[in-house]
Amino acid sequence: MALQDVCKWQSPDTQGPSPHLPRAGGWAVPRGCDPQTFLQIHGPRLAHGTTTLAFRFRHGVIAAADTRSSCGSYVACPASCKVIPVHQHLLGTTSGTSADCATWYRVLQRELRLRELREGQLPSVASAAKLLSAMMSQYRGLDLCVATALCGWDRSGPELFYVYSDGTRLQGDIFSVGSGSPYAYGVLDRGYRYDMSTQEAYALARCAVAHATHRDAYSGGSVDLFHVQESGWEHVSRSDACVLYMELQKLLEPEPEEDASHAHPEPATAHRAAEDRELSVGPGEMTPGDSRMPAGTETV
Amino acid sequence: VDVCTFEKVGIRGTNIVVLGVEKKSVAKLQDERTVRKICALDDHVCMAFAGLTADARVVINRARVECQSHKLTVEDPVTVEYITRFIATLKQKYTQSNGRRPFGISALIVGFDDDGISRLYQTDPSGTYHAWKANAIGRNAKTVREFLEKNYTEDAIASDSEAIKLAIKALLEVVQSGGKNIELAIIRRNQPLKMFSAKEVELYVTEIEKEKEEAEKKKSKKSV
Repeated sequence: MALQDVCKWQSPDTQGPSPHLPRAGGWAVPRGCDPQTFLQIHGPRLAHGTTTLAFRFRHGVIAAADTRSSCGSYVACPASCKVIPVHQHLLGTTSGTSADCATWYRVLQRELRLRELREGQLPSVASAAKLLSAMMSQYRGLDLCVATALCGWDRSGPELFYVYSDGTRLQGDIFSVGSGSPYAYGVLDRGYRYDMSTQEAYALARCAVAHATHRDAYSGGSVDLFHVQESGWEHVSRSDACVLYMELQKLLEPEPEEDASHAHPEPATAHRAAEDRELSVGPGEMTPGDSRMPAGTETV
Repeated sequence: VDVCTFEKVGIRGTNIVVLGVEKKSVAKLQDERTVRKICALDDHVCMAFAGLTADARVVINRARVECQSHKLTVEDPVTVEYITRFIATLKQKYTQSNGRRPFGISALIVGFDDDGISRLYQTDPSGTYHAWKANAIGRNAKTVREFLEKNYTEDAIASDSEAIKLAIKALLEVVQSGGKNIELAIIRRNQPLKMFSAKEVELYVTEIEKEKEEAEKKKSKKSV
């Protein structure tokens, strides 16, 4: 110890989360400059704008997102994947700067893998969220933009956490992130129930993202749907957003044969057929003032 | 140098972990409460040590800080294995650095993990650690361990009171002057550390003595 002090040698801390990135404030900017202002004025215009959502229900966690990667008014990629798998039982929806999200998710994967090897078991979703938010809060004020929902299944069942790059970490049942989130929230808040069936949940997620892509300029492309269950995560589908929205609209149109059970004869895909069979609505009312939303708009 | 080599016994039961410690008889003017061999590291983990008391203080302090840091970083309480590994790593660092000497303590670390399983670990000054079902450290560790090997059965640890009695019986093998010099602590699943008062220990000791007498009577009846 005495020799160490004389030589002023610091033992590297191998226990703490260390992404081996330059420490906060260690970015190369012209001397005398405030990094944040510099980046804001001269930095690259980074990709923003998206619709992602995630919600937790009895049978797991659903994560859905659009696939449009926009850079200002330029669509950088119409078919990007905004749901990143972290490990077998953990997904993250990404919103904000694509590059930041991708980097920090790789760092999170590394941290979780190391902990899994050390402890003999994967950390819980709460731990993963804590680690991510702690790592990112060290870079607060440097224009990081990562708004993500961690969806996972751990020892305590389905879990959902929202993590933002300023260090915010919230647990919840429903989260929607991105420029299209207000539109998605509208649909989600209307149709969410913890006791939904899996098909209902798929329908709700697709519906919410489709509506958001319809109204938000920065969301579009396709709709990705993921489901985290006890056995791990599963990529359920990728459907084109415009087609999806049109199908939803078709379901709203009044049918020529008006019957009380409101069965829509036209579902093209198996899951929609299952959905319609589940609905049993009373006399067909489609007035917006109804307390129950008309059956059609909830199903896809 | 205050060296504490009195007997320590740790027993891992199904629903309970027991730490029994041989109490040093204190001087008349000394306040007994300041002589503590069993320390809580967190709500669900505690440890007893044998060796240099001052060294133990440093280790326990670091372990307590680590328990809270772990909760801060990952939201979950430490597993018993994690904190044992931390203490062992700490001890090992001091065996491989210049200008330092190793920590002169062996520790028994007991507790419950999140999954509800009881754990007992022993560490030594070299920094190795092992899991045990029941173990003893101190100057008569060998004798006590032999007793435990003979008497640690599934029945013996099935109920809480049986596990406690086993710990006391093990200590009584080597402790002079009986129950007065035994300190006992238990952790039950999802409950914090509980230190037994002298009276409660006495109750168990009398029960053990009664059982012993009855066993002897039975034996003598049989032989007749």
